[in-house]
Amino acid sequence: MSAPLLEVENLRVRFPTPTGPVDVVRGISFTLGRERLGIVGESGSGKSMTGRSILRLIRPPGEVTADRLRFEGRDLLDIPERDMRKVRGARISMIMQDPKFSLNPVMTVGQQIGEALAVHERLPRRQIRTRVLEMLEAVQIRDPERVFGLYPHEVSGGMGQRVMIAMMLIPEPSILIADEPTSALDVSVQGEVLRLMNDLISRKGMGLIFISHDLHLVSQFCDRILVMYRGRNVEECAAGDLDKATHPYTRGLLASVPRMNETRDELPVLERGDWENS
Amino acid sequence: MSAISLRNVQVSYGDTRVVEDLSLDVAQGECFGLVGESGSGKSTVLRAITGLAPDWTGQIELFGQPRGKTIDREFAALCQMVFQDPYGSLHPRQTVDATLSEPLAIHGIGDADRLVPEMMTACGLDPKFRFRLPHQLSGGQRQRVAIARALMLKPKILLLDEPTSALDVSVQAEILNLLKRLRREQNLTYILVTHDLPVVSFLCDRLAVMQQGRIVEIAPVSALKSGNMSHAYSRELVAKSADRVAG
Amino acid sequence: MATITREWLLTESPGSRLQARAGRAYRVTLALLRNPLAVIGGLIVLLLVILAVFAPFFATHSPYVGVLTDRLKPPSAEFWLGSDELGRDIWSRIVYGARITLTIVLLVAAIAAPLGMVIGAISGYIGGWTDRILMGFTDIFLSMPKLILALAFVAALGPGIENAVIAIAITSWPAYARIARAETLTLRNSEFISAVRLQGASVARIIVRHVLPLLTSSVIVRVTLDMAGIILTAAGLGFLGLGAQPPLPEWGAMISRGRSFILDQWWVATMPGFAIVIVSLGFCFLGDGLRDVLDPKSGNRQ
Repeated sequence: MSAPLLEVENLRVRFPTPTGPVDVVRGISFTLGRERLGIVGESGSGKSMTGRSILRLIRPPGEVTADRLRFEGRDLLDIPERDMRKVRGARISMIMQDPKFSLNPVMTVGQQIGEALAVHERLPRRQIRTRVLEMLEAVQIRDPERVFGLYPHEVSGGMGQRVMIAMMLIPEPSILIADEPTSALDVSVQGEVLRLMNDLISRKGMGLIFISHDLHLVSQFCDRILVMYRGRNVEECAAGDLDKATHPYTRGLLASVPRMNETRDELPVLERGDWENS
Repeated sequence: MSAISLRNVQVSYGDTRVVEDLSLDVAQGECFGLVGESGSGKSTVLRAITGLAPDWTGQIELFGQPRGKTIDREFAALCQMVFQDPYGSLHPRQTVDATLSEPLAIHGIGDADRLVPEMMTACGLDPKFRFRLPHQLSGGQRQRVAIARALMLKPKILLLDEPTSALDVSVQAEILNLLKRLRREQNLTYILVTHDLPVVSFLCDRLAVMQQGRIVEIAPVSALKSGNMSHAYSRELVAKSADRVAG
Repeated sequence: MATITREWLLTESPGSRLQARAGRAYRVTLALLRNPLAVIGGLIVLLLVILAVFAPFFATHSPYVGVLTDRLKPPSAEFWLGSDELGRDIWSRIVYGARITLTIVLLVAAIAAPLGMVIGAISGYIGGWTDRILMGFTDIFLSMPKLILALAFVAALGPGIENAVIAIAITSWPAYARIARAETLTLRNSEFISAVRLQGASVARIIVRHVLPLLTSSVIVRVTLDMAGIILTAAGLGFLGLGAQPPLPEWGAMISRGRSFILDQWWVATMPGFAIVIVSLGFCFLGDGLRDVLDPKSGNRQ
């Protein structure tokens, strides 16, 4: 068992508000190896903040503290911004939910992917172009030459997300953080995009943090699951063991989702007790 | 006489034909599901019925009365709609009270001080939220306000456009339960548009599957539950819904 | 009657419409107070209002009557900002002139802003030919240079404060119409507007009760920022002798009179000039602060 890629211990994210400071993430800890880790939670659970704080994307007045935040043995918390920029994109990448908003609308697809590469490696333009076309093929885009010159509004949602993946994987990072990567896509396209991600990640031996609200999806796609509720980690288990989950929140979530063969007259509703203490 | 009847309806947005030759009937008190992927035209069908998408041809009848292209008070008292986005469907500067009193004021119905808290309670909203603004409410609470608003005029038909898609999983269950209860209590007729098949399984009696503007299959919900949909596209949708990762 | 405390204002569950509105106003004020420039701007505007309202208490001499032997005296203990060519105290004239400035600014805002908002909202919501005609009409006024149109108007109707106000209002409303129309276009297709349409609301009701309230924020910000320009235009008209007529102590007219003495008795023209600059700056700072607080795009939804 190799050393973990990422070690997070007691991560806290705090924001000041007119009525006092609010902790959005309250001391979660986990490690990530060369595996697929799913972080599941609803809105307000702090899952997106967790992803962003690993990449130090949270600006003041937000405050990120942790006992330990290590990537490949190196500390990430206290290094200067200049060094962090070398990590972002090159060693740890992030894909977000909606390519409509995360792709630059005034640059062509080819230019954007090329830029992601040029920022981290000094290469002549022709070589960049070749690498970009290779990457477009790797994300299963037929006719990469044509897509290279398209603008984001000219491609469909599924293809836009593939472009995003290409852009984020071209510098060959060790970890990919995916924040709701398929939530904005149609059901039929979701499967393809996920299979693609799976393929690329296992081939390159990367680690994946998959952030989502969809417990069912995460249980099928990931190896391990972390359930977050209001900033805390309430459950951690292997994906296959989800039905043996013990925490009432997880069980409540599992029970309240309607099934394809639904026979219940009423869906069980989560009783929001004070689970933070259990 | 069916509550809702559509015959050979075609809807266009500008030059694009979005819905083609669509026919269906919904009986009174029935919950009819309209499923499909984005771009299938399912939401457009609702907009045509309401008159928000007035560029349609064919016949639409509600309880035997032919439907025109305009929205008048008579129609408003008969048929209402609940929208998908709880954040966009409430006026950002109006309190819950103002939002719920508005339909009463438009129709000259007095007694708002009694009717508003009554409806709030019926939809599971604590009356103490009466003077809150939308940004002070959670997503689930906003959707309850949207449902309450739709029911203020006591309509017989409710058109639901993906009412729970934008909500958290735990909140979705509450809203689905609420919709089911209200239909039973008030003998409402629903058309529920969604891409989420399990929701149809929970709420609906029958469903229609749409693909690229056309209905490819109409089936009772038992066919969905037992995995016996007939059309190839329907089966594909069911398969993809059930298992999103395996091939 | 509940006591008005901070808790009552900031409560999460207001018990009445009044409480909800008061709470919102309080939150906006709190946010404004966090911006130092906005506070400065607000204080300047407040000072203007106080000086105007309580002019007799702040003036040291009569603004209209002067003794010729006192003419062109430099600033001193007796004449705080010096005296002008007719021996009148400049400080007192500036204080009384604040009334004129405030009157012009408020009247223009009260006429131009609502007019522009309504025209813009109707144009944006109804669209089609109504939009084209109304916007064409607006464009005609927009394309004319403000001062020149005001000049022409005043020249036609004669000089005086009332005509100056009308002239400036006529040139100011098109900008508000444009802003109102642009915002209405984005709001027109919102789901909450669709929801109200589905309730059977008439077009007039939708515009008045649902669209206009959403436009007030942008228009308030724009009006505040425009105040500086309105003051300068009024001063310009006054400078040309077309605004307030002598012996009214309008700041622009005062600068004009002081032109001839600018080299030796600089205070006659410069003091009213400072007054104009300070008040314009005050409105600009306040307007900027309001925009940060009220503009939904800056993320600070109040």
